[in-house]
Amino acid sequence: MSGLRLAWIKFSRDRLAFSGFLIILSLILVAVFAGVLAPYPEDTFSIHPAARLQPPSLTHFLGTDSMGRDIFSRLLFGARVTLIISIIAVGTSLLIGVPLGLIAGYSENWLSELIMRIADIFLSIPQIILAILLAQSLGPSIPNVILALSITYWPWFTRIVFAETRSLKQTVFIEATEALGANPLRTTVLHVLPNVSSSIIVRSSIGMGFTILTAAVLGFLGVGAQPPTPEWGVTIAESRQYLPDAWWYATFPGLAIFFVVMGFNMLGDGLRDILDPRIRRGFE
Amino acid sequence: MNQNQKETLLSVSCLTVHFYTDRGVVKALDRAELNVSRGEVVGLIGESGCGKTTLARSVLRVLPPGGRIIDGTVLFTGKDLLKVKENDLNTSVRGKAITLIPQDPFNSFNPVFPVGTQIKDIMKWKGNAQDGKEIREKRILEMLEQVQIPSPRDQLKKYPHQFSGGQRQRFMIAMALLPGPSLVIADEPTTALDVTVEAQILQLMASLVLGRGISVLFITHDLGVASQICERVVVMYAGQDMEDAPADSLFSNPRHPYTRELLESLPNPEGSIKDIPGEVPSLVRPPEGCRFHPRCSQATDHCSRQRPEKAAVAADHWVRCFHPVG
Repeated sequence: MSGLRLAWIKFSRDRLAFSGFLIILSLILVAVFAGVLAPYPEDTFSIHPAARLQPPSLTHFLGTDSMGRDIFSRLLFGARVTLIISIIAVGTSLLIGVPLGLIAGYSENWLSELIMRIADIFLSIPQIILAILLAQSLGPSIPNVILALSITYWPWFTRIVFAETRSLKQTVFIEATEALGANPLRTTVLHVLPNVSSSIIVRSSIGMGFTILTAAVLGFLGVGAQPPTPEWGVTIAESRQYLPDAWWYATFPGLAIFFVVMGFNMLGDGLRDILDPRIRRGFE
Repeated sequence: MNQNQKETLLSVSCLTVHFYTDRGVVKALDRAELNVSRGEVVGLIGESGCGKTTLARSVLRVLPPGGRIIDGTVLFTGKDLLKVKENDLNTSVRGKAITLIPQDPFNSFNPVFPVGTQIKDIMKWKGNAQDGKEIREKRILEMLEQVQIPSPRDQLKKYPHQFSGGQRQRFMIAMALLPGPSLVIADEPTTALDVTVEAQILQLMASLVLGRGISVLFITHDLGVASQICERVVVMYAGQDMEDAPADSLFSNPRHPYTRELLESLPNPEGSIKDIPGEVPSLVRPPEGCRFHPRCSQATDHCSRQRPEKAAVAADHWVRCFHPVG
C-alpha cells in the first residue's frame, strides 16, 4: 500500500483528528458556497428594521440581529472572511518565517544570531497592541488585521524551523550530503525542508486556529474588521448591548469561533502523528 | 609492496587543523602526513579523538563549525584540494572522485525519502551525465546485487528505517561506489554493527574494492579490523601521525613506542591487559615536540623539544621517533 493511503487509514481511525478534519472541511465548503447555502444572501448588508432581534424560528433559524439581518446567513459569509484572513496571515508568516528559520538554522554565525534576535523582538509584540497601533495610524480594516497577524506570527515558524534545522545539522545524513558536494541551498531545500515539513504543517494548522481567534478578538475590540462586515468577532461586539435577552445574537458566532479553532487544533494534533514516517511503519 | 612503484593518489602533508571552541583552540591535527596509492587500502588507526576523522574530513574540506585548516597540502591526483574553489570541489570531487561511507548507518539516510529515491538522486546528480534513466537504473540494480541486497527492485521503495544496520551499510557502500570514485573514505563503517555483520561487511568491501582498483582510506579504532582489511596502516596519536607501515610489518614488528604499547594493550588469551600509563593529552595545550613523550618510556629531553621527522626503519616502514624500539 502506498504511504498516502496508509496515512489516510491511520488518519480516519483517529477520531479526534478526523472530527477536526470534518469541521475544517465544512468550514471550507461553507466559505466557498456561502452564496448558495445562505437563505438570505443579501442580508450581509441589507437591513430590515421591522424584523429586528427575532429569536430562532423556522424563517430565521438562528434568529436575526439588531438590524433584522439573518444571523445564519451572516455566519456563513463570516466563514469566508475568517478563512481569507487566516489563510493569508498564515501563508505570509510561512513565506517569511520558514526561509529565515532555514537560514538561521543552517548558518552558524552572526547572521543566525541576527535573525533569531529579530524574531524575538517580533515575538514580544502583543498582536492586539500592534493591531490597535495599525488601526490608529492606517485605519481599522481587514488588510491591517492580516498585516498585524503576519508580522507577529512568522517568528513561530522561524523558531521551529531553526530548532529543527540545528538538530538536523548534527545528523550524519546532512553531513554526508555535504560530503557529497551539496551546496547550502541544495542541502536545506532538498534535505532539511522535507524533514521539518511535518512540524511546519502542524504549526500551520494550529496557527490557523490562533489567527482566527485573534482576528475575532480584534474585530470584537473594533480595531479589526468593521461593521457591517459579517465577521464573527464584529457580530459578537454588536450583540453586547442586547444581552442577555437576545441570547442567540452572541451565542452562534461564539460557537462558530469555538468549533473552528478547536477543529484546527485537533487537525494539527492528528497531522503530527500521521506525518512521522517512523509511525507509518506500524501498518506494514 | 614498494610505494615508489605505485602511483600516489592522495598525499596529505603538513596538515594542521585547529578548532576554535569555547574552551580554547583545540589543535586537532599537527603537521599530519598521509599517503594513499592508487588501488591501496590504507588504515588510519588511533584512539577516539586522535584526529582520524578530522583528517578525513579535511580532505573533503567538510569540517564541523569552528574547524579551520591552518596549513598543509592535500594533493589528490596532483591537485591541491585545499586550493580548489568550493564550487569545483562540489562538482568534481565531493561525492564523485572521493566518496564517503559514514560511521553510523542508522542516521546516514534521510529518513523522509525511500532509499531508492536517494540512490537514484545520487546517480542522477553524480553519475555519468550521458547515461539515460534506464542505464542509471540498471547500474543501481547491478550494484545492489553486488552488495548482496536480495531482490533489490522491491527494496528501493522502502524507507531507511525498514532496514537493519547491516543492510543500510550495504546500501551506503553501493552509494559510495556508484559514482565511480577513485578514493573511498570509510569512517569506521562497521563500528556500529554486530560482530558477525561486521565481518560480512568487511569481506564485501574488500571484494568490491580490490576488483575495481579503488583506493580506500579506512578509519578505525579497531586494530583487528585494520589487520583484516588494510594493506598499509598509519597510526595516529593526538593529532600526529606516528608510524606508517605495511599492515603485516606493523602488527608483527611495531617500531614506534606508542604503536607497541597500543598493540600490547589489546586483550590477549593469557588474560593480562596492559594499559598505557598516563592520559591522552588535552589538545588545547598539547605537549611540545612529540605529543606522546609525556607517556613514553623511551622519551628524552630531545623528544619534548622537537617533533621527529619521518624516518625509514625498514623497507616501506616509516616511524616518527628518535628512539624507535625493536
